Amino acid sequence: MDFASSERAGAQPKEITSAKIVVAGGFGVGKTTLVGAVSEIEPLTTEAVMTSAGQGIDDASKVPGKETTTVAMDFGRITMADDLILYLFGTPGQTRFWFMWDELIRGAVGAAVLVDTRRISDAFAPLDYFENRHLPYLVALNCFDGAPRYEPEEVREALAIAPQVPLIMCDARNRDSVKQVLVGVVEHAMRTLVAEQERGFPTPVG
Amino acid sequence: MGQPHDPRGNLVRPYAVTRGRTEPRRDIPIEAVLVASQAAVQEARFAGHDKYRIAVLCEPRAQSLAEIAAYSRLPLGVARVLVADMVADGMLSLHSAAPKEGFTERMDLLERVLSGLRKL
Repeated sequence: MDFASSERAGAQPKEITSAKIVVAGGFGVGKTTLVGAVSEIEPLTTEAVMTSAGQGIDDASKVPGKETTTVAMDFGRITMADDLILYLFGTPGQTRFWFMWDELIRGAVGAAVLVDTRRISDAFAPLDYFENRHLPYLVALNCFDGAPRYEPEEVREALAIAPQVPLIMCDARNRDSVKQVLVGVVEHAMRTLVAEQERGFPTPVG
Repeated sequence: MGQPHDPRGNLVRPYAVTRGRTEPRRDIPIEAVLVASQAAVQEARFAGHDKYRIAVLCEPRAQSLAEIAAYSRLPLGVARVLVADMVADGMLSLHSAAPKEGFTERMDLLERVLSGLRKL
């Protein structure tokens, strides 16, 4: 046995793991504000250039000829340890870019669907999307100043949110409030994983 | 229709830096992080402007593909082709994204993320 070699192995650069949580919701609902409230960097924007040949464009007439469309996603970063980084990705606001959502949720820990109670119908499309995916998600009601306040159960009924999906109130500008949303996503992901394990049907994420 | 020249020119131009290649040599998740060693930065000096900038960016601290694209002002698909080349050529080391399978591995990661969030 060569014990010296195992000592040297400790000096090798650490493997870094990155995780991501997806923040979904309609246009202007406060996704970037939420990301910015906890991110250690100013939210950045990454752009994907789509052509009419790109997959998943649901209505080719919206992309006539060879025109291209740019899909923008805002994201933030939380370095949790020298070997662990959490990224928060906001989905593109326009619901026709579902294919980009598919890429974003692949391998994600979970998602929060942000809902503006003044425009509750904007949440239908994002909620429909997550209902059909194997990704744990919760619904976060962003309580803007002066927004009509509803009881959480009224919103759950109006949006037909399944009983097992957590629903919480938040203020996307407030760091502690956003922290609670993210804690809620991870706790829900843990419960989902345990339940899958107990049923004996572990399903891979994404 | 069928015009070779889009008036805005944005069909072809984004991929000029990859010499027109749009398929990366390997798939890299948007959140996967990349690191460049100091030696790799020196090597990247001769690999072209974009690759050198990417290496410089990833030397002081690990950066995700998303960050590389955003800081380099490159579309995500273009950044992915360049980064995949750099990984293949040993200029960047690719670190794993979250485990997708295995109860214990996934639960360990969730516990670490949860405790990291609580400490914020």
